Amino acid sequence: MTVGFVMLVHEPLDRAAQVARHWARSGCPVVIHVDKAVPKPVFRQFATRLSDFDNVVFADRRKCDWGTWSLVDASKQASQLMLDRFPEVNHVFLASGACLPLRPVSELRAYLLENLNTDFIESVTTRDVPWTTGGLDHERFWYSFPFSWKRQRFLFDRYVSLQKAMGRRRRIPKGIVPHLGSQWWCLTRRTLTKILTDPRRPEFERYFSRVWIPDESYYQTVVRLHSRRIESRSLTLSKFDFQGKPHIFYDDHLQLLRRSDCFVARKVWPKADRLYSSFLDHDLHLSDRAAPNSAQIDRVFAQAVDRRTRGRPGLYMHSRFPQWDWENGKTAAPYSVLSGFGDLFDGFDDWLTHNGDCRAHGHLYAPDRAHFADGANMFAGSLSDSAVLRDYNPKAFLTNLLWNTRGERQCFRFGPGDNQKIAKFIAADPNAQISVISGAWAVPLFQSSRDFAATRERAAQLQKVETAYLQILREPQVRARVRIWSLSEFLESPVEPLQILLDEIGHRGERRLTEVPRLVRLRGFGAFLQNLKNEGMHPHLIGEFPITEYDDIPKRPPHRAIAGE
Amino acid sequence: MLKGYALRLLRKKLRLRAALKQRELTRVANRTREIKPDDVILISTLRNEKIRLPYFLRYYRRLGVGHFLFVDNGSDDGSTEYLADQPDVSLWRTDASYKRSRFGMDWVNGLLDRYAHGHWALTVDIDEFLIYPYCDTRTLPALTDWLSASSIRSFGAMLIDMYPRGPVSAQPYREGQDPFEIAAWFDSGNYTMEPNPRFQNLWIQGGPRARVFFADRPALAPALNKIPLVKWERRFAYTSSTHTMLPRGLNRVYDEWGGEKASGCLLHAKFLDTFAAKSEEELHRRQHYAASREYRAYQDHGDMPELWCKWSEKYINWRQMELLGLMSKGNWA
Repeated sequence: MTVGFVMLVHEPLDRAAQVARHWARSGCPVVIHVDKAVPKPVFRQFATRLSDFDNVVFADRRKCDWGTWSLVDASKQASQLMLDRFPEVNHVFLASGACLPLRPVSELRAYLLENLNTDFIESVTTRDVPWTTGGLDHERFWYSFPFSWKRQRFLFDRYVSLQKAMGRRRRIPKGIVPHLGSQWWCLTRRTLTKILTDPRRPEFERYFSRVWIPDESYYQTVVRLHSRRIESRSLTLSKFDFQGKPHIFYDDHLQLLRRSDCFVARKVWPKADRLYSSFLDHDLHLSDRAAPNSAQIDRVFAQAVDRRTRGRPGLYMHSRFPQWDWENGKTAAPYSVLSGFGDLFDGFDDWLTHNGDCRAHGHLYAPDRAHFADGANMFAGSLSDSAVLRDYNPKAFLTNLLWNTRGERQCFRFGPGDNQKIAKFIAADPNAQISVISGAWAVPLFQSSRDFAATRERAAQLQKVETAYLQILREPQVRARVRIWSLSEFLESPVEPLQILLDEIGHRGERRLTEVPRLVRLRGFGAFLQNLKNEGMHPHLIGEFPITEYDDIPKRPPHRAIAGE
Repeated sequence: MLKGYALRLLRKKLRLRAALKQRELTRVANRTREIKPDDVILISTLRNEKIRLPYFLRYYRRLGVGHFLFVDNGSDDGSTEYLADQPDVSLWRTDASYKRSRFGMDWVNGLLDRYAHGHWALTVDIDEFLIYPYCDTRTLPALTDWLSASSIRSFGAMLIDMYPRGPVSAQPYREGQDPFEIAAWFDSGNYTMEPNPRFQNLWIQGGPRARVFFADRPALAPALNKIPLVKWERRFAYTSSTHTMLPRGLNRVYDEWGGEKASGCLLHAKFLDTFAAKSEEELHRRQHYAASREYRAYQDHGDMPELWCKWSEKYINWRQMELLGLMSKGNWA
């Protein structure tokens, strides 16, 4: 009672020979099918290397092509040969030349002895699995595929489209339900014999020889007719990438593979010397092996697929430069863009740093330089504060800043005096949380001692820029979280917006606002606005600001602690 | 359509130039018959780099480069003799103009056509050191086998300027030494990229050179995008250094739909104590790109300024670069 290995091999043959010797030496019969594409002298040399074993035999060679019936044909013949020549074989294990045994043969034997009547073959219906690639799902059972996908792609694709247009649906032989699964199986003698001697075999073969990738569906389907007990999983560890191509194992996977509960791994890089010597030359003892943990292996390879298809959000680099709206996150993390707060409160940045869990920058897009927090002239990632460098690519400046500071929330001021080129980008970014006190730019103008004509002109200019900004923020395709208060609206109850702001950013310390920043003096502001109006400049973004009433604001001095409110 | 034809003509022109420029090369040592079918071939142009050669060769031999092709552009410091003695090196020599050979690219294109057809070819300068995912445990042939199996023809690597802490010339570089023992620092996150519709490549700028020498005219800062590793075919041609190639499909080393393609970095060991002498010489020879603009910028700064800043990152290994988002494992696990 033992297990026999059927190996389908092509070049390079060195490693296949090494593995075959390993199995043969452990007393397992091996039947090898060598692809006819391998030149005769190479094959002869290979056969000589294995001639000292009488439990290694070679099946008739035929030319095998990926994704075609030839592979099933080869494995069928080799299996038949195995059953005929080695009556002691109870399980037949299908393997390839790039397979590497992970656990000693003695363990495999013991395991199969415990599961004497079990067929290990992954077999699931197409309805239930989404993992077919290339868009051929149930189509693989409805159409026929006479052209090679690898060599005649044009004809292959055309013929598939044609069949699709015609609504073709081949008749599936009665009594079978198409199943799919890994082509690497381990079947019992009983089941395999029944499959090979089934009276309906010619009918099945006629059908399956024309489906797409029959080696993943022929055995997986017909086994359902004959098996007494199916365990739907493969004993061969095989991971596939996003194109449906198997991942390759290298020397640095040694520790990972040791933790696999599979018996064989596929596929291994032929020059992975350490893997081959570790798993073949000295059979690992049980004590050497770590506890099986296939979840870890799954994770590593699932991550690779994820990285290749979705990437890291907010990262722009030389091998990831997504088109607009394909970024899976325009920026790396949420951030706040604040307009007007700094104009209205003294020491707003300090207050924000003190109360919010964030880094509070000044005007990052100011015309003179990027005002990083604490007046620094360089910031994370060696970002320079040079306005010229920043304006050379304003978007990259922001995405870099946010990528470089992952884990720390960033807030910055943004006003109508700043470079507006970034506005469209932040408005479209779901990570942006934009709070605007419209018209707040009038407060510094009011405070400045410039002559009134210049002030009026500047006010008109700023209002025009901010109007454009607000227009962008109100477009229907905006994805940012936007909050807009007019200045007068805001002054009516300044605490609430601040509380919302901090809730969004995250608190440092207590959840409830215990301290609000000091509002700048606004005595005379109403008159100032009236003056602007008198000069024909209507500051409409400020809202309805009473001329006299606020002269003595704040009525409730907001700079006093309002704890216990 | 027309644009496609224009590029096709450009490619033909470049290939013709390359063929003609081969006449400028004199063979010093030709061991190309020893190139095995699976060998990765490295090709480089140099001038007076004897001090860098021992470490360069050791580095790339360890990565698994099978054969080296060198064009020596008029060295007089013993580089020629040293290289001619190496068993895995084929060497050509020329005293012709570097500039009129399109900064060596005509020579390189020509040699690649003759000797690298069907091979993976790595085109680097003597001060560029390729790192790629798993380069500490997997050799270049592991990477190129995987690229071939994935039907990928070209592999991108961004140029990362490395610099020392303190003045650039403070620590002398010794022959055979790992240059990154001295130039161990780099900028991790101040790069900008723009797609270039003509060649479909990304145009990348930034790093210490942009922030120190070109802060007032960033458009002139040197390009950092490179495609050094290519499964070479005779019809291919590098257009401008290794920044861009034709056919332009080879420049698509980046993903546009959110995913990350596998990529590496070229660590650039330019800023060592040898730099001052080199830039003086190059400025004098006027053989470099765009009227040696870059070297003039360095000269304008008088004393070479310190490139290190408080946010500089110290180089550890490729995993660090991948975490920082400067390269990617992509689909390779």
